Amino acid sequence: MGDFDFSVIIDSLPFLWDGLQLSLLLTFLAIIGGLVLGTLLALARLSGIAPLALFAAGYVNLIRAVPLILVIFWFYFLVPLALGRPIGGFYSALIAFVMFEAAYYSEIMRAGIQSVAKGQVHAGKATGLGYWQIQRFIVLPQAFRNMIPILVTQGIILFQDTSLVFVVSLRDLMTASSIVARTEGRLVEMYLFAALVYFVICFAGSLFVRRLQTRMAT
Amino acid sequence: MIELENVSKWYGDFQVLTDCTTKVEKGEVVVVCGPSGSGKSTLIKCVNGLETVQEGRIVVDEAEVTAKSAKLTALRAKIGMVFQHFELYPHMSVCDNLCLAQEKVLGRSRSEAEARTETLLTRVGMIDHISKYPGQLSGGQQQRVAIARSLAMDPIAMLFDEPTSALDPEMIKEVLDVMVELAREDGMTMMVVTHEMGFARKVADRVVFMDQGAIVEDRPTQEFYENPTSERARDFLSKILNH
Repeated sequence: MGDFDFSVIIDSLPFLWDGLQLSLLLTFLAIIGGLVLGTLLALARLSGIAPLALFAAGYVNLIRAVPLILVIFWFYFLVPLALGRPIGGFYSALIAFVMFEAAYYSEIMRAGIQSVAKGQVHAGKATGLGYWQIQRFIVLPQAFRNMIPILVTQGIILFQDTSLVFVVSLRDLMTASSIVARTEGRLVEMYLFAALVYFVICFAGSLFVRRLQTRMAT
Repeated sequence: MIELENVSKWYGDFQVLTDCTTKVEKGEVVVVCGPSGSGKSTLIKCVNGLETVQEGRIVVDEAEVTAKSAKLTALRAKIGMVFQHFELYPHMSVCDNLCLAQEKVLGRSRSEAEARTETLLTRVGMIDHISKYPGQLSGGQQQRVAIARSLAMDPIAMLFDEPTSALDPEMIKEVLDVMVELAREDGMTMMVVTHEMGFARKVADRVVFMDQGAIVEDRPTQEFYENPTSERARDFLSKILNH
């Protein structure tokens, strides 16, 4: 027990910081992309246009039935085949996350859209607003606001899931910690530290959600 | 101005409107009343195409609402509608509630829209609340803002779907006062679903009485209240009067 050496963490901080930045960047971009695509899927599903609704439902059900790691693999190998050139680990991982998260965000946004009273749509229509204007100015802002706690929670899960990008050799926080752990032979210290960082960020996120919920309840 | 000819509507097998025919002339105020579930709200929502009909024709200002090619958004912009539950946009200030469609549908500039908004809020006595959110207002205040929001589109006619039935009794008057003024001073064409007899007697030219999806009576106001011809109307009136 006496031979822990936590100085290895200090020494490798810049390297780990690069990893954390990649994790955060990937999380941030995937949330934005997933939310936009997910919202479109939710609108398609609720559009009342059978082919669109069917497509959206099929997509969501397919993606949600597949492990994320498989989706990351798919895009890593399939996107270069489709484009005829490699696009690199970062972009293929980003596409995979966006496509994967879109399925989850679409379900959240669907519930959010349904939580907005139907009378709101009527009020918009009655003043001559068109479908997209009603969605953009009336329904989606309320849907989004109602769902913020769940959207943030999903974002926290996404942040944890970014640790899977080691499979396409991206150096996120988890991978960076592993590399240091193995090259320096300091497995316990490094994995404890990585766990601590994930915990602090995710717990802060959870506290934020709880505060939002109490504020929204009042 | 508003014409309904033999309008019928079904929800699945259930017929909600049966062969409804009536008319609202320019400047006329018509009150639609009847027991709950009689199809009054459905009827009025058909006028601006919020509900579709399976049979019959509805014509508003010479445009056929029921036509397949009907430009509903353009038509709706010309007809104001006030709802039972106000339906103000809760995430927008009173000012933004009034400006939204003025800017996005009528293409007014922000300053034009704000000028019109201030005029109308002054008129309904809500100018002091212009930067508040709907949640900070009482029901009566919200409904007055909702009326102003409809008026901001400079409508040629106004539809009211039970505008006071979700209000506490002491707030009903403030909303009805605005509506009476609208009828008397602007000569606004109005179709109003309501049970407020006082309002009807003051300003309504005609009363349309509905029961089970059909128009049972359609007569001048005074005649309707003093001498209803149908058994069902008499029964209905005795119920709303004797308590």
